[in-house]
Amino acid sequence: MDIRKVKKLIELLESSDIAEIEIKEGDEGVRISRASNLAPVLPQKQDALTMRAPEETRSISKPSEKDTINSPMVGTFYRSPSPSSPPFAEVGKHVNIGDVVCIVEAMKMMNQIEADRSGTIEEILVEDGEPVEFDQPLVTIV
Amino acid sequence: MLEKVLIANRGEIALRVLRACKELGIKTVAVHSVADKNLKHVRLSDESVCIGPSNPIDSYLHIPSIISAMEVTNANAVHPGYGFLSENADFAEQVEKSGFTFIGPSAKTIRLMGDKVSAIEIMRTAGVPTVPGSNGPLDEDNEHTLRLAKDIGYPVIIKAAAGGGGRGMRVVYSEAELLKAVKVTQSEAKSFFSNGTVYLEKFLENPRHVEIQVIGDGQGNAIHLGDRDCSLQRRHQKVLEEAPAPGIPNEVRNDVANTCIQACKNMHYRGAGTLEFLYENGNFYFIEMNTRVQVEHPVTEMITGFDIVKEQLRIANGEPLSSVQKEIKFQGHAFECRINAENAATFLPSPGKVNLFHAPGGPGIRVDSHLYSGYSVPPFYDSLIAKLISYGESRDQALKRMQIALDEILIDGIDTNISLQKKLVRDENFQKGGVNIHYLEEKLN
Repeated sequence: MDIRKVKKLIELLESSDIAEIEIKEGDEGVRISRASNLAPVLPQKQDALTMRAPEETRSISKPSEKDTINSPMVGTFYRSPSPSSPPFAEVGKHVNIGDVVCIVEAMKMMNQIEADRSGTIEEILVEDGEPVEFDQPLVTIV
Repeated sequence: MLEKVLIANRGEIALRVLRACKELGIKTVAVHSVADKNLKHVRLSDESVCIGPSNPIDSYLHIPSIISAMEVTNANAVHPGYGFLSENADFAEQVEKSGFTFIGPSAKTIRLMGDKVSAIEIMRTAGVPTVPGSNGPLDEDNEHTLRLAKDIGYPVIIKAAAGGGGRGMRVVYSEAELLKAVKVTQSEAKSFFSNGTVYLEKFLENPRHVEIQVIGDGQGNAIHLGDRDCSLQRRHQKVLEEAPAPGIPNEVRNDVANTCIQACKNMHYRGAGTLEFLYENGNFYFIEMNTRVQVEHPVTEMITGFDIVKEQLRIANGEPLSSVQKEIKFQGHAFECRINAENAATFLPSPGKVNLFHAPGGPGIRVDSHLYSGYSVPPFYDSLIAKLISYGESRDQALKRMQIALDEILIDGIDTNISLQKKLVRDENFQKGGVNIHYLEEKLN
């Protein structure tokens, strides 16, 4: 099942009062439940309806807008210049302004995406070969 | 049938296309700008792709982004709606070159009709009545230009060949002003349309705007779906439309409609199209053809029962026309009121949050709108937020139902032109039918 679809379902669940969503598409299916031990909880959401003991939750801080490099176009995300080359960036790598962190390919043209600040790659948010839309966060740099 | 269609538009027409796709079992991809993330059709589509920032130049008009979105989603075809890229021949060409289907005519046809001079020539050849004019571009020969205008008879209007929709025009009332006016219009055309070619036509002083809907399947078949009267306009923007155009002898309208079909057949026209005419003193005069679905297509759908957008999708799928001419029956009368997010008196745009949207209902009422309670109308695009359509067995009944529907519709939180529409549908002269294209502006002043 498309990872973007699953992400959307998670967002839908979190922004509503629904406790659980199960979706089947042919042979594939996914079930997403709110506030289980396994689900990442965003600290900003003060959801009065879900009660959970603090030690059951695991917080992942949501990447804030300023930490991310977003895609300037619609296309396909690639981590390396070619399938046989090593990726431009790995988690933990230090980058300077102007370093290429990834490629977004559109209409057979490879567009190199550069870091707009110096820092360390914290997270790579898209899988290699996945489509991306305009403004979609690609990597976080801290 | 096409498997997946990308909808390269926004607002109510994107929703209209989405509905037609769903009926035909076609998967939908909604592309949208950052500002349009919460559009109704985006929420309803199978997939959505954000293609750029709010400025249309960087999103809805940005050809590479749209084609790229087609690539990443594996869409087969793109429906361009109206406005934006719908009559951009380069876009149609690039879509086809990239291996996708453009839902509309060929790039060649779009170019032919986009050049108003060549469009007139094609129509004349097919027997479509045209406005007496230069029937060709004006050249450097001033003597010739003066003679042409004299033969046509003042007042004349100078029009940009690459213009259309009311842009790039200038009226000249006397010979003394002609040559200078031509120069000015040429340089304006050059700067707005990158093409300074102009032509001359007789200026009709009190015409009505009557247009004829056609559909061709690109295989040499074409039919017409009757006419519409769109004379209530302000600054060349239609405000209230109806089908059929009232008070035209059936013989006259049928004769002209048949010439339109002939023109479509000659061009192997593919898709939906509208031939626009000025109608004065019982005569039709062709001015231009729009090679796309139009805003006011619902009034035609109401009186024929024919789904124009579904037919566009079928034709793009390579199917022949679903009906022959004699199967098209015209019944009753329909009106459409364009509801805009603007102040009814000042016409200043009024973007913002719609706290409450309540659509009217009842027999003969159709609402085409992307509004929902809580939706915010963005400031970056045109102000059309809803089309309120009424159908009746007679013109009077359709008008009465429109009055009732306008009293019921509720859009709270922003200004709209609903109060203006309420006045128009109760206007004495409009109720009689047949007002000309200046009527609304005269009434407002």
